[in-house]
Amino acid sequence: MKTICFYFQIHQPFRLKRYRFFDIGADHYYYDDFTNEQILQRIAANSFLPANQVIYDLIQASKGKFRVAFSISGVALDQLEQYAPEVIESFRKLAKTGAVEFLSETYAHSLSSLIDEKEFKNQVLQHRRRIEVLFGQKPKTFRNTELIYSDDLGELIYSMGYKTIIAEGAKTILGWKSPNFVYHSALNPNLKLLLKNNKLSDDITFRFSNYNWSEYPLVADKFIDWIYKTPNNEQVINLFMNYETFGNLQSKQSGIFEFLKALPKFAFEKGIGFLTPSEVSGLVNATGPISVPNPISWADEERDLSAWLGNDLQQEAFKKLYSIAERVRMSKDRRLHLDWNYLQTSDHFYYMSTKNFSEGGLYRYFSPYETPFEAFINYMNVLSDFMERVESQFPSSVENEELNSLLTTIQNQELKIVSLEKELKKKCKKGKPSKTPGRTVKKENPADSRKSTVKKGKSS
Amino acid sequence: MRALMFGWEFPPHILGGLGTASYGLTRGMAMQADMDVVFVIPKPHGDEDQSFLKIVGACNTPVVWRDVSWEHLESRFGSYMNPQDYYNMRGHIYADFRYLYTNDLGCIEFSGRYPENLMEEINNYSICAGVIARTEHFDIIHSHDWLTYSAGIHAKNVSGKPLVIHVHATDFDRSRGNVNPQVYGIEKNGMDHADHIICVSNLTRETVINKYHQDPRKVSTVHNAVEPISKQIEEIKPERNTNQKIVTFLGRITMQKGPEYFVEAASRVLEKTSNVRFVMAGSGDMMEAMIRLVAKRGIADKFHFPGFLKGSQVYRMLKSSDVYIMPSVSEPFGISPLEAMQVGVPSIISKQSGCAEILNYAIKTDYWDIDAMADAIYSIISYPAMYEFLKIQGKKEVDEIKWEYAGHKVRAIYDRLLGIK
Repeated sequence: MKTICFYFQIHQPFRLKRYRFFDIGADHYYYDDFTNEQILQRIAANSFLPANQVIYDLIQASKGKFRVAFSISGVALDQLEQYAPEVIESFRKLAKTGAVEFLSETYAHSLSSLIDEKEFKNQVLQHRRRIEVLFGQKPKTFRNTELIYSDDLGELIYSMGYKTIIAEGAKTILGWKSPNFVYHSALNPNLKLLLKNNKLSDDITFRFSNYNWSEYPLVADKFIDWIYKTPNNEQVINLFMNYETFGNLQSKQSGIFEFLKALPKFAFEKGIGFLTPSEVSGLVNATGPISVPNPISWADEERDLSAWLGNDLQQEAFKKLYSIAERVRMSKDRRLHLDWNYLQTSDHFYYMSTKNFSEGGLYRYFSPYETPFEAFINYMNVLSDFMERVESQFPSSVENEELNSLLTTIQNQELKIVSLEKELKKKCKKGKPSKTPGRTVKKENPADSRKSTVKKGKSS
Repeated sequence: MRALMFGWEFPPHILGGLGTASYGLTRGMAMQADMDVVFVIPKPHGDEDQSFLKIVGACNTPVVWRDVSWEHLESRFGSYMNPQDYYNMRGHIYADFRYLYTNDLGCIEFSGRYPENLMEEINNYSICAGVIARTEHFDIIHSHDWLTYSAGIHAKNVSGKPLVIHVHATDFDRSRGNVNPQVYGIEKNGMDHADHIICVSNLTRETVINKYHQDPRKVSTVHNAVEPISKQIEEIKPERNTNQKIVTFLGRITMQKGPEYFVEAASRVLEKTSNVRFVMAGSGDMMEAMIRLVAKRGIADKFHFPGFLKGSQVYRMLKSSDVYIMPSVSEPFGISPLEAMQVGVPSIISKQSGCAEILNYAIKTDYWDIDAMADAIYSIISYPAMYEFLKIQGKKEVDEIKWEYAGHKVRAIYDRLLGIK
């Protein structure tokens, strides 16, 4: 039986406000709340909410045979929580049906996988915890920012306990092979790869309402027929797309929701089913290895990293940002960590791309800036302020290692104090039993210790 | 094909961008094997480069018959003009101009500059054009800027050949909207008579269509280009006596060039960083006001006025700069940022400049947006990646903006007018 594997991406960056260099050191709030709120609410109303409703109805009608997966970046979750909490509610409703899988990715939708392993792991853990709390499931499949993947990255992700990774079905790695099989990593036979079917995914995302396209109009039975007519041994059709396709990239008037509503009916008629990525990975055996020596992504014709790190401006901003990673991690300032996450979002680098001079179109469409230079100037100004804040916590004259050992000493002292206090209290209790039961003492202790560490950390 | 061009300036004796653009364009067109250009200017100095075109001086064109010997002519302008041309033209004097003041050769004297009696000089120029148009053989007439429009119209009436006028600037750019009615009249008359109008940018094209009420179908844009820099200039070593950054403004200090926005942006930058100096090179009627403004903002120790720079001094200044800025309020094209980028200086230009239409690797801001301008300056002097990127990519970009290509576009317009396919 053929299977369609749907995965939808949801991500929105925290766009930066116009931040001039004379704001450096004076203003520590970086975000364009008005634009962010406006865009998010618009997308939520046009796309997320109606699409969620359609999917919910389809799951109910098919008694859970229609199944999909979502990957929602941490920054998108933060924004949804802030500006459109009803969307989170509706995802929780979807999660309860049991027919929806949530994937794992980096919290900040960052490019950390390319430069900072520690940061990458931190962010994945952070995101995993968030998904567990919100939707009550442990993500089993990994999806990296912009589907960036390479053999080495695969190893790293496998070591974190994932056995399935979603990647791009790029021609450079597939060659003559079809994306409609399950593959495994060339370095690790246990790590399964699901590759995006570009043609069919982009038919929906980009071409659905294109009048000049020879296949216009795209209707559900035709689409299912294409899938049905693929060779018999090709078992899995991976349709990966931006969730905004429904209602935003393709407007409601184009009939995209009707298309989505009709898909399962025609699919079931032809005996085609639906599965989520981890179910596919569990049921279907890998046909062969795929080797990806250089990182690939799902962007542009080249399917490489050039959209984010293609020019010197992007490289510079990227390197500067991660040069302070170690320092930020040592800090315990929550506000600092929040900004750190939001500044890592890949979109900031995308806006600086100068590829748009020749290509036009897509970059301009997504970028809030008029030119890539403006994007760079604004980002660097913000980053300069951020770096000053980090610097003020830990002066750069102190080496990372020295600083680390100092912090450990402080930490150890804290722990010692806590344990000694405990001992003291025990002794006191033995001496003359107090009215307070032991349990409460235990509960209080960790809280106490955290408070005092923060204080100590700051004063250092 | 032979074109009769009317211009006002030609290098090396130039007063503004017009001369540079005329030179570049004729140079670019001369690369086409079958293209001949006769270029008329009011007053040649004799040291013009005539290797790729023929220069005719209006001041050497007889309008009153005089009997002069070959030897006498030889001694007067033999180094740059064939006396036979004089005799040919003398045979085509078409009216009695004895009421005009003429010299011993029967020619009218020209200053070749922009004198007080400019209107009179324009009129005399057009009288000479009548003689030249009767003498020369050509297929098309091409007039550069409003000073030569009447000459072009005259030549068209005499010869019946199509007239192309080249708009390098309009009075709307020079005056920020307060146009001189007499100048406007001449400009409008030229455009009305032209068979085709070439503008140096879409910005100018819009002005021509909207303010001079021209049919959009006969108005096209051919962007200016830039001559490759010569060996001499390339060899100029940048002088760096200080490791402070230098931000340069180069041009006439007039209302059109927006110098006051540069001063304001400079004072913004200096609030935050002191490791930078500002230079405003050039002269003009707003210079004193600018010096006063600089003093008022209290940045006189960091802001310098070296005056008008000539020839290689320009490049010496550019080469020792870190940022070039052109905050023009209205600039039909603006060739100077291209020259700066050629020697690897990152440029900031106003969105109201014509060259912004073809430059990608320059930072563009609105001329009134002092904050954005200050931010752009700050980013280039404080983020090395920005400086390097604009330096390298900018140079690459301008090296591809060639007069040869502009010449092809002009040629295509000629061909269309003459019905050649």
